[in-house]
Amino acid sequence: MFRQASRLLSRSVAAGSSKSATARAFSTEVPSTIDSTFVESWKKVAPNMDPPQTPSSFMKPRPSTASSIPTKLTVNFVLPYASELSGKEVDMVIIPATTGQMGVLPGHVPTIAELKPGIMSVHEGTDVKKYFVSSGFAFLHANSVADIIAVEAVPLENIDPSQVQKGLSEFTQKLASAATDLEKAEAQIGVEVHSAMNAALTG
Amino acid sequence: MASSAAVPFWRAAGMTYITYSNICANLVRNCLKEPFKAEALSREKVHFSISKWADGKPEKPILRSDTPGV
Repeated sequence: MFRQASRLLSRSVAAGSSKSATARAFSTEVPSTIDSTFVESWKKVAPNMDPPQTPSSFMKPRPSTASSIPTKLTVNFVLPYASELSGKEVDMVIIPATTGQMGVLPGHVPTIAELKPGIMSVHEGTDVKKYFVSSGFAFLHANSVADIIAVEAVPLENIDPSQVQKGLSEFTQKLASAATDLEKAEAQIGVEVHSAMNAALTG
Repeated sequence: MASSAAVPFWRAAGMTYITYSNICANLVRNCLKEPFKAEALSREKVHFSISKWADGKPEKPILRSDTPGV
């Protein structure tokens, strides 16, 4: 609430200097999308403060679920440092869920899937773009929108096969010599990630 | 309350999901071809400087970094 304070203060100074501004209401900047009963009761309790801005006043609402299944799937593919695909309409994505490879077509049942290291392919007509994702989550919404988030995802052709082989043998060795549970788990992750990359490159 | 359902091996070893996913991401980054590898690794670098305050004045800042040699 107090982040609004400086704006309110500067406005009251401005209002004092110009006579015409006194007629302006204080809440004109609140978008009309806000629940009107909430605004009413807010004004009763705190008449001098703007109602808080909620996420819905900044974000566009999600498109509603159409009664017929759309022909295209809308994909948002997000990384911590980049937005790889934003609202892109594609035919199909295949995601590496922990339960197995999952082909997602328009009209898929709403699901949340955890991703394992593996190939994610985006099919657009005859065009197939393949990424290797390290781990993450996929949120499949009822309105044929798929939100896929990953910690690291790279185009498959950017992976160096010799590094993968090196890493795979290194971690297989580490797995054999691991003493504690934690070391063992770290080596196991190493083996899994490298064999997934190896399988992605060869298969 | 902890669930008695089967947990992934890394969870059983005491890792959190964040730890697990960061390890996975790091391994993938290390297997990239140059110049993508250097770019991906430099993106992940974190460093910060700390200076303690004594008598109302900051002391000499200490630079902390999670990447060795920076």
